[in-house]
Amino acid sequence: MFTLIQIIFVRSGQTALIALRALRRNKLRSSLTALGIIIGVASVVAMVAVGNGAQARITSQISALGQNLLTVFAGSKHSGGVNSGLGSASSITLADAAAIAREVTDVVAMSPEISTTAQAIANGRNWSTSIVGESPDYLKIRDWKLAAGSMFTERDTRGAVKVAVIGSKTANELFGPLNPVGQSVRIKNIPFVIIGLLESKGAGMGGQNQDDRIIIPYTTAMKRITGDKYLRSVNLQIISASRMEAAQQQLTSLLRQRHRLTNGQDDDFNIFNQKEIADTVNSVSRIITLLLGAVAGISLLVGGIGIMNIMLVSVTERTREIGIRIAVGAQPGDIRLQFLIEAVTLSLLGGLIGVLSGVGAAQLVGVVADFHAVVSTGSIILAFGVSTAIGVFFGLYPAHKAAALNPIEALRYE
Amino acid sequence: MNTPVIELRELVKTYQTGEVEVKAVRGVTLNIERGEFVAIMGASGSGKSTLMNTLGCLDQPSGGSYRLDGVAVAGLDRRELAKLRNKKLGFVFQSFNLLSRTSAQDNVELPLFYTQPLVTLRERRQRAVEALEKVGLGSRGGHHPSQLSGGQQQRVAIARALVNRPELVLADEPTGNLDTRTSIEIMGLFQELNEAGITIVMVTHELDVAAYCKRIVVMRDGQVISDTLNGNRRTARQELATLNDAEQTARLG
Repeated sequence: MFTLIQIIFVRSGQTALIALRALRRNKLRSSLTALGIIIGVASVVAMVAVGNGAQARITSQISALGQNLLTVFAGSKHSGGVNSGLGSASSITLADAAAIAREVTDVVAMSPEISTTAQAIANGRNWSTSIVGESPDYLKIRDWKLAAGSMFTERDTRGAVKVAVIGSKTANELFGPLNPVGQSVRIKNIPFVIIGLLESKGAGMGGQNQDDRIIIPYTTAMKRITGDKYLRSVNLQIISASRMEAAQQQLTSLLRQRHRLTNGQDDDFNIFNQKEIADTVNSVSRIITLLLGAVAGISLLVGGIGIMNIMLVSVTERTREIGIRIAVGAQPGDIRLQFLIEAVTLSLLGGLIGVLSGVGAAQLVGVVADFHAVVSTGSIILAFGVSTAIGVFFGLYPAHKAAALNPIEALRYE
Repeated sequence: MNTPVIELRELVKTYQTGEVEVKAVRGVTLNIERGEFVAIMGASGSGKSTLMNTLGCLDQPSGGSYRLDGVAVAGLDRRELAKLRNKKLGFVFQSFNLLSRTSAQDNVELPLFYTQPLVTLRERRQRAVEALEKVGLGSRGGHHPSQLSGGQQQRVAIARALVNRPELVLADEPTGNLDTRTSIEIMGLFQELNEAGITIVMVTHELDVAAYCKRIVVMRDGQVISDTLNGNRRTARQELATLNDAEQTARLG
């Protein structure tokens, strides 16, 4: 038994040596053949990495919105054929918000939102930014931290106090490197005291910069800035992801009832369910990743056919050599192994270089597109496995053909 | 000890070429004993090459029996035939059939590479060196076939045939691609090897070449028509001396 294993090992080793020598003799041809696999493997690795990266980015953007977030937007306003978009209709009131907080179970935090754009003036500079009215719960709902200072309180909201929490981008535009906390900022000529600085959060889902904003108590916003009694939206945090579906249903029926909508009428509000969006986006990006991978996989297949083609040429070219080997006593298995090892070496080598260049390409995309490509170990293992399998699969037929040659004819072959 | 190296009984080999059945060998009975040096002669189409391929276990007989060193060849599969060729036979071809991009040393080692049980690398090296020395190329092991003359290439091929200490060396027109002088030298080498006890069977259509052998078998239409001991045997040593004299004379003239 031991000797048998020894024979197999030593034999394969020697045969591998012959195969490698043959590949080295045809350097250009070998590298061109391997190139097919290199491109295939590299594109699988890179495509999957880019796809995963995109998915990770979108997922992180969605989770940056907060935890278990449900947002009720006022419906859109149509006037004279102009649709002013979500939140523009005057349909949600503070009373609605209060009713939601009271009656929808599983709501752990609530923040009515008012939003407008205004010129902020401070420190001798001015900057157009969005002014957002929220409740003190807002930071908790959005899972947002302060870099300095503090958030306004319930008491501030009740008293419609003129305090503000400022986004990092806005702070930078108005104050530069100066600490904005304690400074004053004028919005629509009303002076506000800045009591907090938000941590940077980066671009949001719509691509707008979330750090370019000033948050003030919603009461202050309604009374002093917009003078409006309608809300743009209500942000809600639900106790757990599993309760979001139920909460959304309660919310819908509550608002329909309060707005006296009959069965045939459409909702005059829209509900944004973070989990639903996340699920949809995830499944879409998974499909895209799969699709990218599949397209790349096809090029891997083409690479495999290239190997088979070259191996067939090689068998024909070396008919005489095969004849000599058979004549001096090579077993059919020896010949088969020799050509199989050649094919597998080509595809493995291609796989190795392919993985390296795929990772490189993914990093390059990351640098050029300011985007973090995620190279997964799974795709590397898969690409390697597939390229080996391709070597075996596409090498088998040429190897078999070589082993089956008739030595008499092979020796006469010119 | 007394088993003949080759024992043919009514050997038949037929080919199917398209619709036509070609009877290449039709009933050959022949014994070749250890230490013989036999020429198989005949015109092309006489069946001598087919007989040679069958003797070389490259092909299976269609009928009759063939025992090589006591082993019945009929019915063996490709693997067993390969083992037989490896252990008991050495081949020398008209066109040398060396691996072109491989050194002489590696070419000679080739049969050992496929021998079971395994031959160690060191032993392979050593046996190849010995075989090369036997054919007078002890110092040329590192050369590639393209760096060697035709005669030297054929010597490498003969070393390859000898390296696994076969029962029988089969040579197929070994001088066919060589000039007169080199042919004589190669035949001289065969004679030396035969004197050292190696059994040789050679296919040729040239009477000149057959004249160096001890026994001459003539074939026609797939059958043996004469099988005689060569009473008028040439020796390469004398022939070379004669050739040298002739050249000397030519130069003087």
